[in-house]
Amino acid sequence: MSTVTKTNGGGTQTGDNRPKLPIYLDYQATTPCDPRVVQTMLPWFTEKFGNPHSRNHSYGWEAEEAVEIARKQVASIVNADEREIVFTSGATESNNTALKGVARFYKDRKDHLVTVVTEHKCVLDSCRHLEQEGFKVTYLPVKKDGLVDLDQLKSAITDKTVMVSVMAANNEIGVIQPLAEIGKICRERKTFFHTDAAQGVGKIPLDVEAMNIDLMSISGHKLYGPKGIGALFVRRKPRVRLQALMTGGGQERGFRSGTLPTPLCVGLGEACAIAQREMGAEAERLKMLRDRFLAGINKRLPEVFLNGDLDKRLPGNLNLSFAYVEGEGLMMGIKDVAVSSGSACTSASLEPSYVLRALGVDVELAHTSLRIGFGRFTTEQDLDYAVEHIVSAVDRLRAMSPLWEMAQQGIDIKSIKWTGH
Amino acid sequence: MAYSEKLLEHYENPRNVGALDKDAADVGTGLVGAPACGDVMKLQIKVNEQGVIQDAKFKTFGCGSAIASSSLATEWIKGKTLDEADQIKNSHIAQHLALPPVKIHCSILAEDAIKAAIADYRAKHPEKTEG
Amino acid sequence: MTLVASYLDYNATAPVLPEARAAMAEALAMTGNPSSVHGFGRAARRAIDDARAKVAALVGVKPEAVVFTSGGTEANNLALAAHGFERVLVSAIEHDSVLRAAPEAQRIPVNADGVVNLQALDDALAAGGKALVSVMLANNEAGVIQPVAKAAAIAHRYGAALHCDAVQAAGKIEIDMGALGADMLTLSAHKLGGPSGVGALILRDGVALNPALLGGGQESWRRAGTENLAGIVGFGVAADIAARDLEKAPALAGLRDEIERRVLVVAPDAPIYGKAAPRLVNTSCIGMPGVKGETQVMAFDLAGIAVSAGAACSSGKVTPSAVLQAMGASKELAGQAIRVSLGRGNGPGDVARFAAVWKDLYDRARRLKQAA
Repeated sequence: MSTVTKTNGGGTQTGDNRPKLPIYLDYQATTPCDPRVVQTMLPWFTEKFGNPHSRNHSYGWEAEEAVEIARKQVASIVNADEREIVFTSGATESNNTALKGVARFYKDRKDHLVTVVTEHKCVLDSCRHLEQEGFKVTYLPVKKDGLVDLDQLKSAITDKTVMVSVMAANNEIGVIQPLAEIGKICRERKTFFHTDAAQGVGKIPLDVEAMNIDLMSISGHKLYGPKGIGALFVRRKPRVRLQALMTGGGQERGFRSGTLPTPLCVGLGEACAIAQREMGAEAERLKMLRDRFLAGINKRLPEVFLNGDLDKRLPGNLNLSFAYVEGEGLMMGIKDVAVSSGSACTSASLEPSYVLRALGVDVELAHTSLRIGFGRFTTEQDLDYAVEHIVSAVDRLRAMSPLWEMAQQGIDIKSIKWTGH
Repeated sequence: MAYSEKLLEHYENPRNVGALDKDAADVGTGLVGAPACGDVMKLQIKVNEQGVIQDAKFKTFGCGSAIASSSLATEWIKGKTLDEADQIKNSHIAQHLALPPVKIHCSILAEDAIKAAIADYRAKHPEKTEG
Repeated sequence: MTLVASYLDYNATAPVLPEARAAMAEALAMTGNPSSVHGFGRAARRAIDDARAKVAALVGVKPEAVVFTSGGTEANNLALAAHGFERVLVSAIEHDSVLRAAPEAQRIPVNADGVVNLQALDDALAAGGKALVSVMLANNEAGVIQPVAKAAAIAHRYGAALHCDAVQAAGKIEIDMGALGADMLTLSAHKLGGPSGVGALILRDGVALNPALLGGGQESWRRAGTENLAGIVGFGVAADIAARDLEKAPALAGLRDEIERRVLVVAPDAPIYGKAAPRLVNTSCIGMPGVKGETQVMAFDLAGIAVSAGAACSSGKVTPSAVLQAMGASKELAGQAIRVSLGRGNGPGDVARFAAVWKDLYDRARRLKQAA
C-alpha cells in the first residue's frame, strides 16, 4: 500500500517500510498527544469558550458539562466515582497535593510516611520537604528487580503512619509494584495508600476499589493526552481529607482552586476513554514489539543488561545497560532515534540514575544505560531501524572505549585505581 | 543543549582513535577519569628523539563532548614538542568546540590526559627532563 | 442551550484568539518533553523559550523573570508564600486567590471609588516587621485601577516588597513592571486571549520563592512539573497580540461609556461603581435598584447576553460582591450589581442589545413595585 498514515509520534509510516525519521522512543518522558484527543480539544479553545465556573450563563454551563463528562471518563478508567476526581495541572501537582496535603491535614494525630527510594523526584522531594516540617519518612529500598519487599513494607508501618506512597509503575525501569497487595496491607493497618500512577494509567489495568487505593496521581501527557493537566483521585469512603496546596475560588470542592482549563480537562477525559478501550490490544502489541526489539539487540550485542524485572513491567519500557559505552555518548550516536539516559527531569545533571543505583546496578554500568520507551505510534519498522542503529553505534563506541579494550584484555576494571576528576 | 558543528564533526569522525604499545620506550600513556564518573580517557603519545610528538592515539569512554575533546587534543598535540603540548589549556579546547557549561569538565579531562601522557613519557626518560 | 448573541463577560474569560489556537494546535502535535535533551525535547524547549520572551516583553522584563504556572491562582498562591516575610498586607478588594492564600493578612481598606487607601497602607507598614504587600493592578469586578507604583514606593520605603496581581489589567493597559516597582507580578493567559490553565509569576531579581510544587528542575527550580507546552505557546502568542492591541482600547472605552450613558438615561440613580476613579476601559459594574444581580444575569442570559454577577470563581454560588461592600455598598446594593466586561468581539450592536434588555428589566421591576 502506498498511503501515508499520519500520526504525530514520529511514527509516520510509508508504504515502503521505511520509518519516518527521527524516531521517538521516549514514551516515558512524554507521549505524543493522540490526534483524536487534539481534535476533541480544539473546539473548546474558540467556538465553545466559557469559564466553567460561570454558572449563570450558557457558555459557562456548556463548559461545565464538558468538564463533568471528562471527569467521568477519568474516573472510569480507574474504577472511581467522578466525585472522587480532582483536576490538577499534572502529576507533579497531584503528588505534591497528595503527600503534603494529607500529611498536613492529619499532622495532629500522625507524623510518619512510608515511601520507596525509586519514586519519582516529585514524591521524594515532597517527602524531604515534609521531613523539614517535622514528619518522619521511611524510604524503603527495592529488590534487584526493582520491586518493593512486602515484608519490609509491613514492618515499616506504625500506628503513626498516615500514608504509604508507592508508585504504580516506575518512570525509568517500568517495573510495576504489587499495588493490590500493598493496598490490602494499608487497609488492614488503617493507613492511607497513595500511588503515583502517572506511568501506569492507561497502560495497565488499575482499579482503586480492588486495589484499595485511597489516592492516585494521574498525568495527562503520559497517556496520550495534553501536558498541563492531571488528576488526583481522592477516596470518599473511607473519606480522605487533605489541606489544599492552592486556595482561592474554592473550585474542585476546595481541594484545588483555580479556573479549570476546559480544553485540557476534555483532552484528559478523551485520552482516558481511548486508553480504556484500547489498552488491552495495545499492551499485547507493545509486548510483541518489545520482545522483537530485545531479541534483535541480544542477538547482535554481547554484554547488554536489562534493568528491572521483565515480566512485571510496563509493556512499552526497556532500560538497558550497554556495558563499556557511556549512555549520553551513545545517545549522540543514534541521533535519529530519540531515547533518554535517565529520567527526563534529571537528564541535565551528570549523576547516574538514582533508580538504577537503588537496584544495585554498579555506578559504572548505570552510566551506560538507556531508557527505550515505545507506545501507541511506534511501528515495527521504527524498532528495527532503532536496533540497527543502536547496534552499530555500540560497536563503534566500544571500539573507541578504553574500558572495552581492557575488558577484552582481561583486565578487571575494578582493580584499577582511577583518578576521578 | 545544542552542540556545535565542530563538536559533532569530531564526534562523528574522531581523529586518531586507537592504541600504541604502552610498554614501548617512546610511548607515553595517560589514563584519566573514572568509569564511576562516566568519563575515562586514554591518550597516548609517541615521541621522537627531538622531543616532538610524532603520533597520538586515544580511546574514550564518555559523552560526545568527551570524545570530541580527546579527538581534538590528539590532533593538536601531533607535531608539537612536549613543552608546547604541555601548554594546551582546557579553555582552548572548550572554546574551540563551544562546549556548553555542563560539559567543561570534558575539556579539563582532555588537558589532564595530555599532561598525564607527557608525564608518563618523561618518567620513562628521566635524562631528558633534566635539561 | 441558548444562543449567545452578545458575550459581555470578558473579565471571566476571553475567547482564545485564533492565532493562539492555531499555535496551540501545532504545539499539541509536538512530541517532546521540554526537559529531554534529544531533538524532540529541544524543539519543545525552544517553543517555551519563545513564549517566555513574548510574555516577558508584555510587561517589560527579561525572560528569566517569568515563572510559568497553571494560572493566576497558582501564581498568586506562590507569590503570597514567598520567602522571608513576617507579615502580609493586602488590599481589601483582592481576588480570592490572594485573600485565601494569606488568611492572616492585614486588609488595607479602599475608598468609595474602590481605590486602595495609601495612607492606611503607610500606617500599617509603619508598625514594623518585614512585610509583603499585595495590591492588584486593576480590580476584576469594578475595573478600578490601583495606584500600584505609589504603593510600591511606600512599601519599599519600609523595606517591604510588593506583589501585584495584574491578571485583569494585562492586555487592557500597558504594564511596565519596572515602572510599577512591583517585586512580583501575576498574569493569567485566559484573561488576555490565551488558554485557561496557564499563567505566570514574574519575579524581580533577588526575590526568593518557597516553591509549592517540588520535583523536577523546571522553571529554574521555581515550579516543578512538565510544562503545559501548548498552553504556554498559546499564552505567548496572546501576550504578543495583546501588547500590539493596546492601542484599540479607546474604541472599547467608547462602547463602555455608551452603555453607562444609556443606563443612566433610564435610571439616573443606578450606581456605577468606581466611575470616579481610573478604570479599565472595558469594565462596568452597574447596579439596578431593586433587582438582584442573579435575576438580572438570568434575564440577560435568556436574551442571549452573557454578563456576570459577583466573581465567577466559587463553584456556582453567587454571593453579594465583597469588593463592592469594601467600597461601602450595603449588602443589598452589592447584591444588585452586575459586571459588564467588553472585549475584542464587541461592537455597537452589543451596546444596543444590552441597553434594551436593561431598560426592559428595569421598567418591569418598576411596574411590579408600583403594582405592589
